Amino acid sequence: MLIQRVREGEHELFYELIRPYERRVYAAAFAILRNEADAEDVAQEAVLKALKHIRQFRAEARFSTWLIQITVNEARMRRRKAHANIMEPIADRQDEEGNYTPRDFADWREIPSETLERNEVRQKLAEALAELGQIYREVFVLRDMQHLSIEETAKALGISTASVKTRLLRARLMLRDLLAPGFGGAWSMTGKLSFEKGTKPW
Amino acid sequence: MVVNCEEVWREVSNYLDGEVDPTLRVAIEEHVRGCKRCTAVVDGARNVLQLYGDERMLEVPFGFSQRLHRKLDENMLGNRRTFLGWMVAAAAACLIVGTIEAASAFRTPELLSEHARPGNGVPPDMMVVVSENGKLFHLAGCEFIHEKNKLRTITAAEASREGYSPCVRCLKKYLAATASAQFLEGSATTPARSASRSASRSTSRSTMALNFRSTSSGRDGFR
Repeated sequence: MLIQRVREGEHELFYELIRPYERRVYAAAFAILRNEADAEDVAQEAVLKALKHIRQFRAEARFSTWLIQITVNEARMRRRKAHANIMEPIADRQDEEGNYTPRDFADWREIPSETLERNEVRQKLAEALAELGQIYREVFVLRDMQHLSIEETAKALGISTASVKTRLLRARLMLRDLLAPGFGGAWSMTGKLSFEKGTKPW
Repeated sequence: MVVNCEEVWREVSNYLDGEVDPTLRVAIEEHVRGCKRCTAVVDGARNVLQLYGDERMLEVPFGFSQRLHRKLDENMLGNRRTFLGWMVAAAAACLIVGTIEAASAFRTPELLSEHARPGNGVPPDMMVVVSENGKLFHLAGCEFIHEKNKLRTITAAEASREGYSPCVRCLKKYLAATASAQFLEGSATTPARSASRSASRSTSRSTMALNFRSTSSGRDGFR
């Protein structure tokens, strides 16, 4: 097994070990830092740290999860250092139990995956993701882009699985709303799905 | 089981993850089939997962991988250098320790006093006496022997190796033979006495034996 050989000192094989996860490490760092230079820096630090502490990796976890967890920790530390004196954005303090309601569309016009070949489509998706609050973006990126399980996401972020599920639901619905207008989603301009005052679907 | 729109929205995420029980799943699907709003919610959320879950969304800056590997190269090289450095340091330490150990194997035993000096001029196989707590070796019967009840008889060479110095009274005649030479040398060597002393301490036993009759250090030669 590759990882076992690296653990036993064949460090040259580490390149091969991390190759499939390089993009994911960067994406995880970027999701938290939203700055290319910082994300790359943190991704490098995380990979070096993984190499340094490879003996601490426990076989019962997936290597990718462990690596992403290191990346998340590194990125959060970097963010804390960089924003030690800056107030947290309001979007990041959104109450998970808040009144966000999905917009009401007549129907959903699907955005085909093939359009991802176009730079401007990827750009729009990235912009929509950047609009999410930090706590939602982190969960969404790990779960829906990195394909970690609910439990792995919870572990990587140090939150409960219930919180992961709540944030994930909101993140998905918010992105749906953010993407619809720009891609011809036939939504009703009259407003959002209506609820009786005081009632929430979540 | 029947569900309303709010319940569908509350469960849409779990539904898409396949984390609702079969009964609820059927109920949601039945509801969605007849509800345009909920169809838009479910379809939209599913489309979001499909788009963002695509590998192409994990874009990295150009050259990211190369820079990462370069960083790893530097790190591994650094580690090798550090490792090499440690190896060199360890080898050097071993060499130093080995040298010290080797030297100590030949080192002259600690002298019993600052006055104890090799008995130059005294025949090495001549039998002398030493006392347990004394610092000098004597000819048997010397009146300056202390603790006469704790004497040992050994050769002059052995006495010298154990750190005893010749008694300048009873062994005067042997020391006198070298005195004149030492006198001439003494004035020149006195300032360097400490150096001479430390050198004599590190002299090997074999060297000591060979040089037994050679010049002693200045002070002892004059006593």
